[in-house]
Amino acid sequence: MTIEVKKVSKNIYEIPKTSGMKVPGIVYASKKLIEKMKQDKSLEQVMNVAHLPGIIDKSIGLADAHQGYGFPIGGVAAFDMDSGVISPGGVGYDINCSVRLLKTNLTKQDILKKQKEVADQLSRKIPSGVGRGSNFQISKDKFKKVLEKGVPFIVEEGYGKKEDYKHMEEEGCLKGADSSKVSKRAMKRGLGQLGTLGAGNHFLDVHYVDEIFDEKVANAFGLKKDQVTIMIHCGSRGFGHQVASDYIKAMENEYGFKDLPDRELINAPIKSKLGQDYYNAMACAVNFAFVNKQIITHWVREEMKYMFPDVKIDVVYDVCHNIAKFEEFEINGKMQKVCVHRKGATRSFGPGRKEIPLAYRKVGQPVFIPGSMGTPSYVLVGTKKSEELTWGSSVHGAGRKKSRNKAMKEMSGEEVKEMMKKKGIELRASGGYKLISQEAPYAYKDIEDVVDVVHDLDISKRVARLKPMVVCIG
Amino acid sequence: MKTKKFQFLEHTADIKFQAFGKTKEKAFENSALAMFDSMSDDAVKEKTTKTVKVRGKDDENLLYEFLEELLFLFDSELFFVSKIKNIEINKESKKSNQQSLKAELVGDSAENYEMKNDIKAVTYNEMFVKKNKKNDWVCQVVLDI
Repeated sequence: MTIEVKKVSKNIYEIPKTSGMKVPGIVYASKKLIEKMKQDKSLEQVMNVAHLPGIIDKSIGLADAHQGYGFPIGGVAAFDMDSGVISPGGVGYDINCSVRLLKTNLTKQDILKKQKEVADQLSRKIPSGVGRGSNFQISKDKFKKVLEKGVPFIVEEGYGKKEDYKHMEEEGCLKGADSSKVSKRAMKRGLGQLGTLGAGNHFLDVHYVDEIFDEKVANAFGLKKDQVTIMIHCGSRGFGHQVASDYIKAMENEYGFKDLPDRELINAPIKSKLGQDYYNAMACAVNFAFVNKQIITHWVREEMKYMFPDVKIDVVYDVCHNIAKFEEFEINGKMQKVCVHRKGATRSFGPGRKEIPLAYRKVGQPVFIPGSMGTPSYVLVGTKKSEELTWGSSVHGAGRKKSRNKAMKEMSGEEVKEMMKKKGIELRASGGYKLISQEAPYAYKDIEDVVDVVHDLDISKRVARLKPMVVCIG
Repeated sequence: MKTKKFQFLEHTADIKFQAFGKTKEKAFENSALAMFDSMSDDAVKEKTTKTVKVRGKDDENLLYEFLEELLFLFDSELFFVSKIKNIEINKESKKSNQQSLKAELVGDSAENYEMKNDIKAVTYNEMFVKKNKKNDWVCQVVLDI
């Protein structure tokens, strides 16, 4: 299928409305990145999303877009509260797959002295990989509280402090969570997985701040050169996947998919009972993911304290990647509440929004763009412009460009590990060497390309670059 | 010549495969084996047996439900399927496409083996169940990892 893509201006491309599309598709990317997208179904999926009822203004593909299921990964769309829909495929199976950044009072030199020990201790303590159960035990009743009350509840149980959730999207608890909307199956699947990283592209990294681009904002975020930071990327594990599967099934039964260009765009009106039920269950999975990272944060603190007795670790922020939310934006001069779907995209609110923690409200919210394994990650700051262009959203990562099979053929896991070692990075992978080459840096698009686009478009601005020293993957 | 049970296809981010069979049952069985093949290279022993029953509104839905059920058993009980016996697919009525599937699963706990991939979910993305020109059944599935 050839798709017509028209250049609107630098880094903005339009897929004009064709039959069935209610709005045009807009892709925010460089020419180079657009060419990459043409190699899979990302652009077709941007068009498919434009068919959905109540979609407002445009179906968005961001610079890191690649083929997903239903929506592309790196896809954003907003829906009218009355005529619009909510779609599990617009959120993703890994609900609230998200990134948390921690800052420490350590410097690069402190880690270099004990780099191997840090890698060994952290990878030993944090369960990751396939089929590895958690060290965290919880009763069913408390598990329900985790789902409905999120991080504030688990902090009460002794896992962290109040300041932690004060520095998280939604303060670590998405309201509207109702565990009675979650199936027994999801409960059973999730109970043993709380406090586990998972596998695939999920990771725990120890970085140092390699460069500051914006001193003022970096100060507000509490970041300075050579400071050590820790990044955690994981989601809602089997729990979120089951919630997604359950509601895809329920929506198919209720509405069928005959009128949809793709079965995985199945949806329900936002105001329907099923639409509301999905939201209430999705919120439980969002909170599961927040708590999952909070438990991991607690263990990171314990392990780091053992190695560095004077260490202090604070949460910079925690951003959601796969989520649907009700937010207000200015539409035709009036503030209007809409349902924003971000699938593989980060919220990027600019200064002044009430949703941002007080400490950052003057500068805008932190946005984290993890690089691939072994390449730098970026801290950016949200902007007003993103609220105009992308429903307050920015990219979430580099995005894959090579399939896992191709990546494995290019280099063996041992070779990748060796390559990382030469770059000064200690790598630990619980899944054995196979996974390492699947996630090798060359399997991903160049993070710099993606960051350049969002910076140039002013949908988020560079603040700092982080270089990895320790990488733990599943 | 013996026909291939399944083959993996290129996909940028996820795992995509086609599974084959002279009958729909065999193609479904091979789909399940393909999914578990993508999860580990180890020879998994045939230690325990379980029965599975699922229902579906059409062929794709039935395949989705079947693979999801196996994934659920893996996530919740670490049950890794190495063999499938006595798989049966029956139409529930003449009027609709509603079908039910019953099978015996043989396998072992995943704890005893090295896993290479974590399957997040079965998806409908590019999924089909159909007969090819040779009148063989083909199932295509993309797994989210």
